[in-house]
Amino acid sequence: MTMTTQPLGDSRRKAAALVSSFSAPMLARAARDALVKLDPRELTGNPVIFATEIVAILATLSTALAIANGGDWGFAVQIAAWLWATVLFANFAESIAEGRGKAAADSLRASRVTTSAKLLTGHAGAIVLTPAHKLGVGDLVLVEAGDVIPADGEIVEGVASVNEAAVTGESAPVIRESGGDRSAVTGGTTVVSDWLKVRITSEAGNTFLDRMIAMVEGADRRKTPNEIALAVLLAGLTLIFLIAVVTLLGLGAYSGVTLSPLVLGALFVCLIPTTIGGLLSAVGIAGMDRLLKVNVLATSGRAVEAAGDCDTLLLDKTGTITFGNRMATEVIPAPGVRAEHAIEAALMASLGDETPEGRSIVELARTLGQAAEAPAGAEIIAFSATTRQSGLTSGPKSWRKGAVDAVLATLGLKAADMPSELAGAVDRIARSGGTPLAVSADGALVGVIHLKDVVKPNVKARFADLRRMGMRTVMITGDNPVTAAAIASEAGVDDFLAEATPEDKLRLIRAEQAKGRLVAMCGDGANDAPALAQSDVGVAMQTGAQAAREAGNMVDLDSDPTKVIEIVETGKQLLITRGALTTFSIANDVAKYFAIIPAIFVAALPALGALNVMGLHSPKSAILSAVIFNALIIVALIPLALRGVKYRAIGAGRLLQRNLLIYGLGGLVAPFAGIKIVDLIVSSLGLA
Amino acid sequence: MNGFGWAEIALTLALTVAVAFPLGAYLARVWQGGKTWLDPVLRPLERLVYAGCGIKAARSQGWLGYTGSFLAFSAASFVVLYLMLRFQNLLPLNPQGFAGMSPDLAFNTAVSFISNTNWQAYVPEQTLSTFSQMAGLTSHNFLSAAAGIAIAAAVARAFAADRGEGIGNFWADLTRISLYVLLPISLVIAVAYVGLGEPQSLAAHVTARTLEGGQQTIALYPTASQEAIKQLGTNGGGIFNANSAHPFENPNAWTNLIEIVSMNALSLACVVAFGRIVLARKDARALAAVMVILVAAGAGAIYAAETQAPPALAAAGVDTAVNMEGKEVRFGAPSTAIWTAATTGASDGGVNGMHDSFMPLGGGMALFLIQLGEVLPGGVGSGLYGMVVMALIAVFVAGLMVGRTPEYLGKKVEAREIKFAMLAVLILPLSILGFAAVAAVLPVALKGLANPGAHGLSEILYAYSSASGNNGSAFAGLSANTPWWNITLGIAMLLGRFAYVVPVLAIAGSLAAKPKLAATAGTFPTDGPLFIGLLIGVVLIMGGLQFFPALALGPIVEHFQALQMVAAR
Repeated sequence: MTMTTQPLGDSRRKAAALVSSFSAPMLARAARDALVKLDPRELTGNPVIFATEIVAILATLSTALAIANGGDWGFAVQIAAWLWATVLFANFAESIAEGRGKAAADSLRASRVTTSAKLLTGHAGAIVLTPAHKLGVGDLVLVEAGDVIPADGEIVEGVASVNEAAVTGESAPVIRESGGDRSAVTGGTTVVSDWLKVRITSEAGNTFLDRMIAMVEGADRRKTPNEIALAVLLAGLTLIFLIAVVTLLGLGAYSGVTLSPLVLGALFVCLIPTTIGGLLSAVGIAGMDRLLKVNVLATSGRAVEAAGDCDTLLLDKTGTITFGNRMATEVIPAPGVRAEHAIEAALMASLGDETPEGRSIVELARTLGQAAEAPAGAEIIAFSATTRQSGLTSGPKSWRKGAVDAVLATLGLKAADMPSELAGAVDRIARSGGTPLAVSADGALVGVIHLKDVVKPNVKARFADLRRMGMRTVMITGDNPVTAAAIASEAGVDDFLAEATPEDKLRLIRAEQAKGRLVAMCGDGANDAPALAQSDVGVAMQTGAQAAREAGNMVDLDSDPTKVIEIVETGKQLLITRGALTTFSIANDVAKYFAIIPAIFVAALPALGALNVMGLHSPKSAILSAVIFNALIIVALIPLALRGVKYRAIGAGRLLQRNLLIYGLGGLVAPFAGIKIVDLIVSSLGLA
Repeated sequence: MNGFGWAEIALTLALTVAVAFPLGAYLARVWQGGKTWLDPVLRPLERLVYAGCGIKAARSQGWLGYTGSFLAFSAASFVVLYLMLRFQNLLPLNPQGFAGMSPDLAFNTAVSFISNTNWQAYVPEQTLSTFSQMAGLTSHNFLSAAAGIAIAAAVARAFAADRGEGIGNFWADLTRISLYVLLPISLVIAVAYVGLGEPQSLAAHVTARTLEGGQQTIALYPTASQEAIKQLGTNGGGIFNANSAHPFENPNAWTNLIEIVSMNALSLACVVAFGRIVLARKDARALAAVMVILVAAGAGAIYAAETQAPPALAAAGVDTAVNMEGKEVRFGAPSTAIWTAATTGASDGGVNGMHDSFMPLGGGMALFLIQLGEVLPGGVGSGLYGMVVMALIAVFVAGLMVGRTPEYLGKKVEAREIKFAMLAVLILPLSILGFAAVAAVLPVALKGLANPGAHGLSEILYAYSSASGNNGSAFAGLSANTPWWNITLGIAMLLGRFAYVVPVLAIAGSLAAKPKLAATAGTFPTDGPLFIGLLIGVVLIMGGLQFFPALALGPIVEHFQALQMVAAR
């Protein structure tokens, strides 16, 4: 399946994704959903917008009354309409965030074809065609080339290439085989070649694909801990402002001010934090959506939030910190041997070697300017466990490379016979965590190759970023402590765990958690499952074992262990966005007070006209402008809520300073200008 | 306004801060039950109290136990004090022969003194026997202050704990704070006051012959001792109706200085002690800085407002640059301004001038400082925990902006803390605005009002703010000794004290049980100028903004009306 237009595909480019999210059909669908959400029962989880809707209803009733009584209703109609608009805009924000997930879910659902499975019954070889949804856990099915795998399962026999595009969006087939960590298959994926016997491990309706659909759709979206706390804060603020507004009835009556319920309702809605209240759930959904865009599926919003909170990242060395293979980085000639000669010998000894190490030696020699090719008819001497060397023989000429002691033995030399410069180099390479290979040409030792576990070029900076944000990185490796230490210091991780067993990993996670830290890790093997389950953020690789995928709370469809860093950054971005919008929303209140308070009092107490610092046109236009601004700001901030506030690894202090300046001070100042502009428009159109 | 005035305000504040630091270090040791240099005298006394009352001082209580003890203590105190005031005519040491208080006045007064408010709806020298003054009110000046400081100690322990269960023993805290802090310091200050001319006498009064040959009866009381704890414990209830404007309570500039310093020093010292217990001295200094900056700004605003020529006088051609109405000539505008900011910021409530007679903005500022929640630096102990609640909210609102679940001093701030913090913050607007709105339209309430219009509304707002904030100062102009005012103000005082403390202790219990996290580079910094600025913003916007509409109808409109009136002329 291809999902080029969907977030699940490889549409990582944010611009493209954003355009697709605002496509016309999606906007129409969101608008429709926004109307459906007007049902007050839909809003009970959102106290701010719920309160807004109640006020909108009351405003509508009072407007209707005004019309019936033949009163002046032009102003009332506008206020009521904009109050409804405020609710609709908030609903719209949520719908548009959900819409992207829904679209992705639809295309996933399309891939969940109703297929019939070849059920293997107890009698050898007997096949019964059975509808996929009737399969039970433990059933054995045969899947042949061209068949869709009917449900999640474990391969018990066979090797096949499987196209998993339905789940990962990646169309290049992957090898699946019985035993080991590649034995899990996912329902809905297609066998491209060969055949598999699969034991079904999940009920119909509860397959990986089903859970993915539910997740993407947000069907069982529960509030995360931070969302709950924020909702409590917002509900508390709503109550405080309810008190402030309702008590104005008494205080105003004392002062000879008659306050219409409509105007008090408008004041109330302007003061309560509708901006963050309206965008809160959109921010959460968009956070999960952003993960989806980088091909990571989170099982809950809670997991995404926990990712931002992580203190310790456990990173597998291989694949995350280093390129999986050792690579040649230098050739050290023996004393008295010209460098070119040594490099040529290393090249010749490796030309027949197809291993990644061998290819890396050839590549190094080529970049160093060696163009030699294997002589015609040369015989390739393959590596074997007994000789521990490989090379090329061409007539009288021969080149070998291999473990230092093995090559020396072949040459009839003892370790002590090695020139001291070369012995020193061998020692230095071993201590730095690398592997030395001796090279001989025509029976003479000509030099040593340095094979190195090469650290990926950008990881050091990445880890420095993480450190600046207070996160500790721990490298996990099966290497011995010497090698591990060398790589750890080169990569710039904070700590490492050498000769790590799965139990060690689990112990390390528990120790970190006992210190109150949250731990993130990724893993793919079945033996990673306990650690994945124990960690706060466990990212399982899609290609990994079924047990690992079930234990983790996220699945990386690209199976890229580096992804855990991106996940942490996405979690942080989610929290930052929520905080920024909350701060902005609360800071907005100052300006709204200065717009509305003089307006509602000035008729009875002309002296309070002095508080009209914005110079708004009239009391009515001031109130209307504040209400309009309050509604429009939600729409204006929808893109920010969906995109998220940019995350920068500049340290908590500087990050706070920056965001406080933009969203705190900005939130204080912006509405003064905004309300003034709306007022100019409102008054010039003669609306109030 | 002049340089001397500003310098006086700055020096008074500087002196307060200078006293607060060593006092805070000492207070921390008292909270921890550590050694002090008063041990030889007080340790045996302390053991005696424990033995006599059956207090197991070493047994730490959970938050429910601590709250229960605090509430039980306060309830018992209320009952005893109520009966004492109600039937003072039957009790000894009543040389003046005063009758017992009416039920509503006794209720109001008993609540007032157990809640550390010291709102006085009566004229003390015409109502209270010496026994009621000393055994009733003065003892609660100590105990209600000690209870407030005890709760601050419990909050500090909660932040220091790592997955702890107990937050201390209320009875031991109450005993130690009274014995080691309030008694000895009050003793020293009282002696100083006597030296500076305040009376200390059990005699009812002296009779003086005036210049005109008439006779004048002058009440005396043991004024100096009462005055010391009145300010030290942010009580504020005066022996005399005129409070610290009275020449016996506050005879000269020296007593005035000591009274100002002593009413803020212990509240600030609670913050310093908090920093020491929690091992977060810099963070505590940030809290103290917020308090000092805001109270300085308040003092400056009042000073500026009171040193404008009153518009009506200026229009009438009277040559005056200072509004001296309601101010003592021996103190002048700057001393009155800094005192007013200190007493309203600190929930003290003692006054050395009549706030009712200030310029609208000067009196309005005093009102606003109370409404900000009595955290500047607030009542003893209560100022600290009030500011901690504001800090938790500040950290939660803005803390998400660093991309982590907010933490404050190593404790994660989550839904439970926010729920209780919001409950606490709700109390002030509910009580102040709720009661004021009802009183503003209720004829029985309005009968007590001396002034019509905006100024009258200020008087209503001030009364409920003062009661809810447990401040106790009066704007005057309100005859509050009627059943309506006594009962509603009594309820406001109860809400302001107890409906605030219970959620605060619930927060403490929740925080104590959480693991103490180490700060990292990713932790929200709560010790620098950035946090100070943020917290000031949160105190003003979340603590004060909801009062803006009410203030607009009171002091703000009064100010503009005065200007308009003059301009029209």
